Amino acid sequence: MKDIFWLIPFVPALSTLVLVLFGRKLPKKVVSWQACLSVFISFIIALISFLSLLKTPPESYPIVKNLFTWISAGSFSANLSFQFDPLSAVMALVVTGVGFLIHVYSVGYMAHDKSYTRYFTYLNLFTFAMLILVLASNMILMFVGWEGVGLCSYLLIGFWFEKHSAANAGKKAFIVNRIGDAGFILGILFIFLAVGSSEFTAVNQAISGGLIARGGATLIAILLFIGATGKSAQLPLYIWLPDAMEGPTPVSALIHAATMVTAGVYMVARMNLLFTYSGTAGNIVALVGALTAIFAATMALTQNDIKRVLAYSTISQLGYMFIGCGVGAYAAGIFHLYTHAFFKSLLFLAAGSVMHALSGELDMRKMGGLRKYLPWTYPTFLIGAIAIAGVPFLSGFFSKDAILTQAYAQGQYFVWALGLMGAILTAFYMFRLIFLTFHGKERLEPEAKKHLHESPKVMTIPLAILAFFSIVAGYVGLPVVLGKKANLFQNFLEPVIPPASEGHLSMGLEWTLILISVAVALLGIYIAYVFYLKRPDIPHNIVRRIPGVYKLLYNKYYVDEAYNAVIVNPLVKGSEVIYENFDLAVIDGALNGSASATGFFGRALSALQTGYVKDYVLVFLLGAVIIVGILLF
Amino acid sequence: MAIFLFFLLSTVCVGAVLGMIISKNQAYSALFLVLAFVCLGGLFGLLGAPFMAVVQIIIYAGAIMVLFIFVIMMINLRQGLSPEKKKWTIALSLVLALVLLLELILAAKGASLGQSPEGSVSPKEIGQLLFTKYLYPFEITSILIIAALVGAIVLVKKREKE
Amino acid sequence: MIPAGYFLLLSIILFVLGIIAFFVKRDLITQFMAVEIMLNAANLAFIALAKSHHFVDAQVIVFFIITVAAAEAAIGLAIILLIFRQKKSIKTEEMSSMKG
Repeated sequence: MKDIFWLIPFVPALSTLVLVLFGRKLPKKVVSWQACLSVFISFIIALISFLSLLKTPPESYPIVKNLFTWISAGSFSANLSFQFDPLSAVMALVVTGVGFLIHVYSVGYMAHDKSYTRYFTYLNLFTFAMLILVLASNMILMFVGWEGVGLCSYLLIGFWFEKHSAANAGKKAFIVNRIGDAGFILGILFIFLAVGSSEFTAVNQAISGGLIARGGATLIAILLFIGATGKSAQLPLYIWLPDAMEGPTPVSALIHAATMVTAGVYMVARMNLLFTYSGTAGNIVALVGALTAIFAATMALTQNDIKRVLAYSTISQLGYMFIGCGVGAYAAGIFHLYTHAFFKSLLFLAAGSVMHALSGELDMRKMGGLRKYLPWTYPTFLIGAIAIAGVPFLSGFFSKDAILTQAYAQGQYFVWALGLMGAILTAFYMFRLIFLTFHGKERLEPEAKKHLHESPKVMTIPLAILAFFSIVAGYVGLPVVLGKKANLFQNFLEPVIPPASEGHLSMGLEWTLILISVAVALLGIYIAYVFYLKRPDIPHNIVRRIPGVYKLLYNKYYVDEAYNAVIVNPLVKGSEVIYENFDLAVIDGALNGSASATGFFGRALSALQTGYVKDYVLVFLLGAVIIVGILLF
Repeated sequence: MAIFLFFLLSTVCVGAVLGMIISKNQAYSALFLVLAFVCLGGLFGLLGAPFMAVVQIIIYAGAIMVLFIFVIMMINLRQGLSPEKKKWTIALSLVLALVLLLELILAAKGASLGQSPEGSVSPKEIGQLLFTKYLYPFEITSILIIAALVGAIVLVKKREKE
Repeated sequence: MIPAGYFLLLSIILFVLGIIAFFVKRDLITQFMAVEIMLNAANLAFIALAKSHHFVDAQVIVFFIITVAAAEAAIGLAIILLIFRQKKSIKTEEMSSMKG
């Protein structure tokens, strides 16, 4: 029974194939049922595999299923083989579970879209690629999935490709990803050079066997992490994620919150032995994660587009996951990935529900007081916001706290401080969003107000389910203060991810840290309450006092403009120069030149064809002279 | 005796050809050519091929050249044409012709010429060969002649006015 | 006995003269006559070699050559007549419609 896990990616793959071939002819209802059902079946298989995994002893991890040898070229070989262990199990369950709920939600959200079938084709294709990524047993196959989700991200972000901004956003996402992938590929190649194989089991054996020098390991880890910054939107390659909000909201929920962007975190966790072995790389990861967390949180403070706030929030939360991985608490990072999947996708889907209710409005300045009208969306949204803020007893609290505590315990105080500051900002901007959208004065457009309605059940039920999990999902990872056994999550992952080495704090210190986190979260919420409900004039006053800072934050620190000026435009200009001077002049020149040379010779030769018989006979004579001459000698 | 005849005939022949080249009047050129062919016929006779000599005179001098003269008369050009104007083609062709001359002489020098026995070849021998070994070409040639005959007539026939 | 070499030499001279005649003359009829000269030169060579190798077949070949030359002359002259009818002249300089 435990060997059926390799089927998990192929069910959505089959559905994709059917949709590609016959999608146009199938009625909408069939498409909906097929797409959702295929992911659900994957989920069931994942569940079965997970349960049977619980029964098998940890010594046999990971369970590998080699389908066939895919590439075999000399000493380089890569197999189409999958592996299943606790880490894969967690990722597979998250992808299929949350993915299924988002598929169901999409049935309602995209119901009036003219490219309904194309949407589900891409969505299933994405699920397939993501599952390949998390279930692969070697880096090459994982990279296949990595590229596959990048492609689907491009396709889905630019889903409404007639809109220029959407098409550009898709292009941007893919290109920025590609830059990160350059580092990733180099990392894979170096691993190959060092280890001779890209199978995870082989790599781990090589590391524990000391076959790789520490410097080399650091280099590889950094290269791989560059790939992760691209895929998981960290500094400096995060710029594509906010623009990616051009895509449909369920896409943002699935790809840019729960699954694709977490691929970088998964990869780092999968290679945890490498990162731990090279201490420097881990520090870099943690630092980048912390800086990203703060940086993105500051930008979320000023956004008026409801989805952009959530996008920056995602970048920020991914930073937290990398903090966890960077300080050595990979299990905590994965734990946050797991809880974040629930509440972030919940937040996105609920935002989509709000937009759906308001006929597509996404500017928060034109919302307000909606909680009376949206009896399902409001509570679920609120639960998501509370969870992400880190209020105790919801899932976000457990995971964020685990990360911050471990950061402190590992002595990374700077990182811990940044993380704490980020936590206040997180609570603040999330509740700013809540208060602006659902409370206070109504600032709705009259047209929107006329059509205001709660979303259909097919959309609100996934919201409710996700809200439920946002609350309870954290209980599998209770803080260690309550006893070593309490953190089921970490224990489950232990065979794959050894817990962080030192990292024992006294009970008192641990409780203090927990209380600080809680206080910080509540403080953030309170400040938001004051700013946006009690005395809404305060934000205006602040903006008036420090217009420079506000402008900087509102314009996202002008990072996009800087990139454009320094990198994009020179490259475009450079390629134009090369185009004119080389492509047109040299290559086209050579081509046209050879054509005109041929023409020239043709014309020259045709001068021989005078039409006079005498001249032709002259040539005969010449030929005869030559032939007789040859025959003579 | 034979040598004297040979030199006489060959001189007249070459002279006639030269005359044909130099003459501006086509009718004169044709007549010179007739003379040349008759000389050739004589030369054939010297070579012990009396049948061929007669055939040459009858057909070439007697039939083909007559055809030529008919056509010349039909075309009825008032004056002849002066020789070629473009000098360089003449020069080039002369050069090449001379080169060819030399080459061919050289080739001929190297040819192995056996002793020629006395006696001429009778028509009987030619006939024997013609109707046994070369029967097939003989028959084909007859078809060829018919084709030429019909062709010439069809080509020159005036179209009926519709 | 006259050596066959003399006849061969004569034949070559006649042949080259025929070539020169072809290039010197400017009207179709005389050029055609030059071609006939060349043919006859070849015939002479054949007969000479027939005598020297005692090979009677060569004479039969000459017979055929003469026949074919006759047929060719007939057709060639017919064509020249047609050309004259069309173009009202037989100057070869004017026959250049196959130019290019």
